[in-house]
Amino acid sequence: MSTGVPPATAPDLEVRALTKRFGAHAAVNEVSFAVARGSFFSILGPSGCGKTTLLRMIAGFIQPDSGSIDIGGRDMAHVPPNRRPVNMVFQHLALFPMMSVGENVAFGLARRGVARAERTKRAEAMLERVGLAGAASKRTDELSGGQRQRVAIARSLVLEPTLLLLDEPLGALDLKLREHMKVELKQLQSAFGTTFVYITHDQSEALVLSDRVGVMNHGRFEQLGSPQELYYSPASSFVAGFVGANNRLTGTVLAQDGPLIEIDAGGLTLRARGNVRLPRGAAAEAFIRPEAMTLARTPGELPPGQSALSGEVTDMLFDGANSVVLLREAQSRRELRIALPQTGTFADLKPGARICFGFDPERAICFPAAPAHS
Amino acid sequence: MAEAAAAARWTRRLVLALLLAPALLWLAALIILPHADLAVLSFRQRVAPREYVASLAQYRSFFGEPLYWHVFVRTALLSALATMITLLVAFPIAWVIAKLARGRISALLFVVCLIPFWVSETVRTLGWMILLRESGVLPALLVHLGITAEPVELLYHDATILVGLVYTSLLFMVVPLVGSLESLDNSLIEAAYDLGAGGGAILRTIVIPHAAPGITAGCIVVFMLTLGNYLTPTLLGGKNSLWFTEQIYTEFITRFNWEQGAAFGFLLLALSTAMVWLGLKLSGQRFSDVMRRV
Repeated sequence: MSTGVPPATAPDLEVRALTKRFGAHAAVNEVSFAVARGSFFSILGPSGCGKTTLLRMIAGFIQPDSGSIDIGGRDMAHVPPNRRPVNMVFQHLALFPMMSVGENVAFGLARRGVARAERTKRAEAMLERVGLAGAASKRTDELSGGQRQRVAIARSLVLEPTLLLLDEPLGALDLKLREHMKVELKQLQSAFGTTFVYITHDQSEALVLSDRVGVMNHGRFEQLGSPQELYYSPASSFVAGFVGANNRLTGTVLAQDGPLIEIDAGGLTLRARGNVRLPRGAAAEAFIRPEAMTLARTPGELPPGQSALSGEVTDMLFDGANSVVLLREAQSRRELRIALPQTGTFADLKPGARICFGFDPERAICFPAAPAHS
Repeated sequence: MAEAAAAARWTRRLVLALLLAPALLWLAALIILPHADLAVLSFRQRVAPREYVASLAQYRSFFGEPLYWHVFVRTALLSALATMITLLVAFPIAWVIAKLARGRISALLFVVCLIPFWVSETVRTLGWMILLRESGVLPALLVHLGITAEPVELLYHDATILVGLVYTSLLFMVVPLVGSLESLDNSLIEAAYDLGAGGGAILRTIVIPHAAPGITAGCIVVFMLTLGNYLTPTLLGGKNSLWFTEQIYTEFITRFNWEQGAAFGFLLLALSTAMVWLGLKLSGQRFSDVMRRV
């Protein structure tokens, strides 16, 4: 299979049935995926889900117990980190404080035996490409957080790796800079065309940056897909709850009507799309996005076909375009989060007010209730 | 208002002065005064009983008598060698304590380095003599194993002195090294490894530059202790030890030539000062940074 030069369409990274156990605990459990050349792949998961272990196995710092990793079509078993065509941007960047910015960028070239004049030239050219022309002689602590980030990326990209691994590099930055660096990372990735593998626990970073995302939980991939697929068609209740804001309603199945499942959620009867057949009486969880629900003053204002529900406003959370209203549904007393329309129609709602709302069952999704330990 | 503020300022100064008083008294009484007296002693010459004139005769006799300055140079070189060996032995130990061992094991290793100091230096050195003398444990073992035909005298060699000095100094090298290696972020090592560096390159480009203040601090302390050590070279080296402190002792106690002894003492002080300065220059370190590591 791996004879000769791999075709240009071969994935840059191919992971097959990768497993790593620490004692009885499987940190990474039979994970398989492939990352296409030049794409931006994110591994998204809560802390402790095994994403760091997975990344460190790809970099070569941890030996897998079983499974294989192919990078650029070559099997990486027993290849140490310093011989892999992979470079990593560390969580706290790990710039070398004993060296200047230029020496940091030239470090990998020096290890490859590139002559001093040549590596200085290449380091300076790389710094210019990431917008840090003339910074070569500076000390690393003279740079701002965003500039340090770019040095860390330049230091890796100057080696022209097949794969760039990024270990939550935005985690240590403040919110404003993080938003800015998100855009910058995306632009750098498309400018260089290098394959990026990015790990994060921040679903917004994963959605904004990635071509494809693997959502990881308890050492396994729950779903692998484009950001849109994860958002609109989550494959499991974990993904539905983890990616984007969502209303989660637990209840029991009343009936199945074709693709729609009718659920009794504490007195509130609702219908939602389900991918699996669920027997009557089974425990189920329904998820409805805040923006999938429509607010109305009277039931008649709701779009036809949507059953009218009502509730009492408990709070208004104003956040510009992301403003929501929190309300308590009248029958089930469950708290729901509904996006306020951009038109400002309901901007005058006060806590205590009664309001109608409805949603299209096609935009709600239903799963069997997750067992306590999966 | 202004008076109250002034009074508060004076109280603060008084407290500061009182806190520093023991250290300042100690410095004045035990370091500055005796050295001033020794300085005066070293620059005079006895011309008749109880009659002295100012002169450079003591220093002239040092340079005039080859034995004196040969011993001086020999002491400096052997001390530098002992410092180098201590560094080479202590570095792996410090690396294990700082980077590889966890919790209890790390504490245990520290204690192992400390154990020699639970025994008095004299008893410890006599222990070495029991092991190494011709009728001692190690020569008997060598004969038993058939390595030597007859018991060999392992005492009274330069190598024996070096072994004793390294043993005594190890802790003083390990402590600053552990301190500086512990503060080295492991992700720097991983980043260097990731960027293609092997073990040697990581040591040279990351670990040693980071640990340089600790290395320099350890070397300064060990060099000073070794240079001024009296017991270990004298007991393990015997008559052949030719250690400069022994010469100072001889001048003061045996020959009762305090003037000559004082001059030797000052030469030793000048030597250790010069070597520390040279060490700082060569390693590009600043004295204040280094001393924070000790």
